Amino acid sequence: MAASSSKKVVVVTFGGGARDDETFHPEGQDNIPHMLGELAPRSTFFTQVINKGILGHYVATASLATGVYETFNNFAAVSPANPTVFEYFRKDLKRPSTDAWVIAPSNGFNRIGESENKAYGKGLGAGVILPKRLLAAALANGAGADFNHLLQDNYESQAFSPVIGGNDVELKQLADLFKVSVSDFIAHAKSLASPDELSVYIAKQLMKRLAPSLLWITLHDIDVAHSGAFSLYLEGIKRSDRLCAELWKAIQSEPEYAGKTTLFILPDFGRDSDISSGGNGFQHHRTGDATSRTTWLMALGPGIRENHVVDRPVESIDLVPTVGSMLGFTPSLSHGRPLLEVL
Amino acid sequence: MADTFKSYPPKGRALAVTNLALLQSLPLAFVPFLLKDLIAFDWNFPVEQLELTNQFTYLTGLWEQQRTREMQPFATLKLTEKIENLDWVNQPAQFLEQLSAHLWATQQMDGFRDASESYVRKFNIWQPTVKQPAPRLGIAVFGEGVDQTQYKLFRKLRNQGVYFSQVNPKNGIDAIHQTLTTRAAAYSTPYAHWCVDGASITASLPGLTCVSYNSLTPVRTKLAAIMLKAYGSTKFDPEQLRTTLAAITPETVEMKDSGDGALDRFQVTLLTEGSGTQIYSTTFVQWAAREALRRAQPLTLYTRYAPRQKERTMDELLNGAGEKTVPDPAGSLIDADMGAYYTWINLERLEGADSARFLVWFEGHNEALAISPALKAGTESKTPIDMPTLLGNLA
Repeated sequence: MAASSSKKVVVVTFGGGARDDETFHPEGQDNIPHMLGELAPRSTFFTQVINKGILGHYVATASLATGVYETFNNFAAVSPANPTVFEYFRKDLKRPSTDAWVIAPSNGFNRIGESENKAYGKGLGAGVILPKRLLAAALANGAGADFNHLLQDNYESQAFSPVIGGNDVELKQLADLFKVSVSDFIAHAKSLASPDELSVYIAKQLMKRLAPSLLWITLHDIDVAHSGAFSLYLEGIKRSDRLCAELWKAIQSEPEYAGKTTLFILPDFGRDSDISSGGNGFQHHRTGDATSRTTWLMALGPGIRENHVVDRPVESIDLVPTVGSMLGFTPSLSHGRPLLEVL
Repeated sequence: MADTFKSYPPKGRALAVTNLALLQSLPLAFVPFLLKDLIAFDWNFPVEQLELTNQFTYLTGLWEQQRTREMQPFATLKLTEKIENLDWVNQPAQFLEQLSAHLWATQQMDGFRDASESYVRKFNIWQPTVKQPAPRLGIAVFGEGVDQTQYKLFRKLRNQGVYFSQVNPKNGIDAIHQTLTTRAAAYSTPYAHWCVDGASITASLPGLTCVSYNSLTPVRTKLAAIMLKAYGSTKFDPEQLRTTLAAITPETVEMKDSGDGALDRFQVTLLTEGSGTQIYSTTFVQWAAREALRRAQPLTLYTRYAPRQKERTMDELLNGAGEKTVPDPAGSLIDADMGAYYTWINLERLEGADSARFLVWFEGHNEALAISPALKAGTESKTPIDMPTLLGNLA
């Protein structure tokens, strides 16, 4: 596939690892009717995507975005060491800052947009929107306290992280970008059941208003699994399934995206196997066993072979060079290899 | 030399001093695992104490070359000077946290896991078998508050046992209690028979070690205050919070002294080391069962789930004083169904797995599943059966 400036890419990652057991394995398929029935038949589906890095959501998502297994402390407020896909994209293709965006779940992701690499880094990254932070800021403006269900920040630490406050700059940014008043934003948030719904709402607004060529959304509701409640984990998967289908529909219905957008969907990694003695099954991703390191990826869009399954093992860091080949930039420091099956 | 272990309790210190030469010969990526158990030795369960003592016997009994070979995978792990300089003698748990983070960051975790599994496998082969006086029995009961469900129960266990669809639920709990107390009387050993309840234990269960979610409410409240304080700090640090939680003792949270230090400490660790155990009773029951099986290796384990509270955000939950708790029976049923499966897996990890029995029952209803060597796995029985008869099948 030849690279083209009109092409767009949307990446959806699940920043709460999901196991095959609860998704594409036969016993899990009830949880993903949309991905199974609507998206997978249109996709090239990779059944073995291995993550060989640190299995923490921020550092793993950063690794997906750089194409290098990053090694920083998962809970530290640091930028990735290696250039991100957004920096390669913007620098190589001379794209404006409005053309690459990240919508990330928790405050810990606020530095994922650009790296510390001196050849790239500051000023070349993606805009990062933290919907929960926006909402927290809106609430701080006296909007009431009915929204706590949307604000939980991080399920991953043993005791969950608190929400850090938003600020006026971000609220103003929201208003400017979306032409939406804070009160309208809050009114819409009222109708949402989860943080991921808020993220997808913002993604759609972004697509409508700015139509970025590279949009990265990390969903996070699934990570409620760390609380040990299996039913809530399943609800998170079902919600993610529905939201992925919504995004695909949005891509098909937005003139700026229809017919020229590739959608990638992948969990950042899996979760521990039921039988790993060092873990506690679905609850965590601490053992580094094969189940926790292995997940899947689907790619769909124009030119991508439909209903095609790839069983060879690939790595999660292969995403960046694949996107690079698709959009026409060179992620020179990435350690991954392009997935030729979708190029 | 005993001063090195002055922060250790008496029995743990004595064992450390006796094995000092051995400890000094072991690699730094290994020895803190022994120290972590030594520093808690006096409050560990008898089975744990025996296993640790056995480990020293095993390691001491290896020829030096053998021991060097066994420890080689740990010795070749590359550590940093910062990690090596941590106070691993007095803070082995914190050291292991740092070690774990380092191994992940340097992509040495897979090698470390392989080395650990190999060591445990060889030790278990060497370790003398303790013959059980009876087959182990696990019983899991759940479903309170659910009249009917479309969720296919026992889905992950059905191929292991017999699905009973015509169970007479009348006096089912009484029959289970009778079975428990009979076994406890017949095989009376400390910590051999456990009851874990997601609400409160109201029945008299002599001979059983009992843990319940509601009885720990005062402790959970104290822990919530500690966690809120950490959250409220200007620079919240999850790692520091973990360290803080690891240092919490029954005294720290003003837990009423039951006269059983091992059990008191065990219950506190369920809340400080478990994730979600502080907020969801279903998670608490599952984790308590896992830890009881792993640590005390009981002959009998009874778990009863109660409806957990509906999902709320963490800060709501921690600030929840005075707020009405809304139960989620349907979600709890699904949680418990998975929890029962995990309990079976953990039961199967213990000595005597081939003869273990397991019963899981949808409380107050007609559905149950039983696993026993005498029952044909993967089958269904539509024959009416009462609970005493069903339990009798597992005797």
